[in-house]
Amino acid sequence: MQKFSGFELFRRALGGHHGWQPQWRTPEPKASYDVIIVGAGGHGLATAYYLAKEHGIRNVAVIERGWLGGGNTGRNTTIVRSNYLFDESAGLYEHAVKLWEGLSTDLNYNVMYSARGVLMLAHNHHDEISFKRHVHSNRLNGVDNEWLNAEQVKEFCPPLNIKSMRYPILGGALQRRGGTARHDAVAWGFARAADSRGVDIIQNCEVKGIRRGPDGAVEGVETSKGFIGAKKVGVVAAGHTSVVMAMAGVRMPLESYPLQALVSEPVKPAFPTVVMSNTIHAYISQSDKGEMVIGAGTDAYTSYSQRGGLHITTHTLDAICELVPQFRRLRMLRNWGGIVDVTPDRSPIIARTPVPGLYVNCGWGTGGFKATPGSGHVFAHTIARDTPHAINAPFTLERFRDGFLIDEAAAAAVAH
Amino acid sequence: MLIIDCPWCGKRPEIEFRYGGEAHIARPADPSALTDQEWADFLYSRTNPKGLHAERWRHIHGCGRYFNAVRDTVSDFFVVTYKAGEARPDIGGDK
Repeated sequence: MQKFSGFELFRRALGGHHGWQPQWRTPEPKASYDVIIVGAGGHGLATAYYLAKEHGIRNVAVIERGWLGGGNTGRNTTIVRSNYLFDESAGLYEHAVKLWEGLSTDLNYNVMYSARGVLMLAHNHHDEISFKRHVHSNRLNGVDNEWLNAEQVKEFCPPLNIKSMRYPILGGALQRRGGTARHDAVAWGFARAADSRGVDIIQNCEVKGIRRGPDGAVEGVETSKGFIGAKKVGVVAAGHTSVVMAMAGVRMPLESYPLQALVSEPVKPAFPTVVMSNTIHAYISQSDKGEMVIGAGTDAYTSYSQRGGLHITTHTLDAICELVPQFRRLRMLRNWGGIVDVTPDRSPIIARTPVPGLYVNCGWGTGGFKATPGSGHVFAHTIARDTPHAINAPFTLERFRDGFLIDEAAAAAVAH
Repeated sequence: MLIIDCPWCGKRPEIEFRYGGEAHIARPADPSALTDQEWADFLYSRTNPKGLHAERWRHIHGCGRYFNAVRDTVSDFFVVTYKAGEARPDIGGDK
């Protein structure tokens, strides 16, 4: 792998930038691998990277139906935070935030992690007491979070309208270490780093079946490029997890919904932080390109269509125009949808399955991007050792049977 | 905006309706006879197919009644709607 550095940039500039190599190979699949990861999104590529880096398992393939990073990794609103209520979730997401902080150096790839703060707005008394509870819970878990009153909110994020609206802003919870990262760079950085450690990333190759032996264990996957053997298979297929797991005969506690996002025309820096409002249901940040990146909750019904209803987007923009009146004059550039797999308790599943050799990392719902490095890290551990990391041990498939739900659905500080 | 054909009221815009999840999941007659796994399957496991999906809808801003529909989850096209209690029309897809 060509190492990126200031010196290297200077040296290549003298040569007219002709000496740069492709960042990853385009290999044909081998007959078999130690581990196959299904899905080359951020989580799948991170899993492959940590398998190679931390567990010395380099005979790994990541199989992707489309192109790497073309699913939800390239469709989300890039928010990173870890201010979740419950201990299990705080542990998982905080693990990810700690990895984000050193990720660019680790990957030798600038993922543009920007800890510009995530501010969650309270618009009524219930929000206020709920967020204060979150602040206390987070601090007990070693996660930074602080309460700001309305004037402090206005001071931290001046474009916000705190008074003349239907639900005035009463205050907010601010996680200063939260922020954003560049989503494509995350996929590319993990792909490049995994590839350089010997991982084969096989794009445009659809998994059509999961082959199981007489003892029920996984033997490999049937793909559009033929059968590929594997001792272990990790499914990281986001919205398509139910479809892939059905190939192995496993029914999942998942439903797939479209989640929409949109961006405005690019403007000069005008919005300093990430603002989320659960109550009037919208969130917004400004990308480094200058676009306002906007999102909210999922559409109402399950779908694989990667688009959603325009009335959902309109509703989101109503909220944005209330929060930041000056953005009423912004034109929206484009909108899109991604298919998110939602669990009954809105917490992910990172676990072994009833099928020997088959592992699943799914159920990230509307908030998977923030967890990308942490998710890959603990899933790699789960696959390599055939036993979960302490951090993802609570996120099993069996928790739905045994009643140990991690019920962020009712308690999240998030716009679900 | 989708147009949904309520079996009682006729075609109306989707914002009059509320989605009710997968259809034809009958509550077990004797829940205490089930194992934990069977109960979890009833509560949480869903087919979540990519293709034809039988699902419940409620015309919440209309007649208020539940009904069922078969919709293609790839195109969001409503193939058919039918009254609650009727069997799913035999038009293929995962069941």
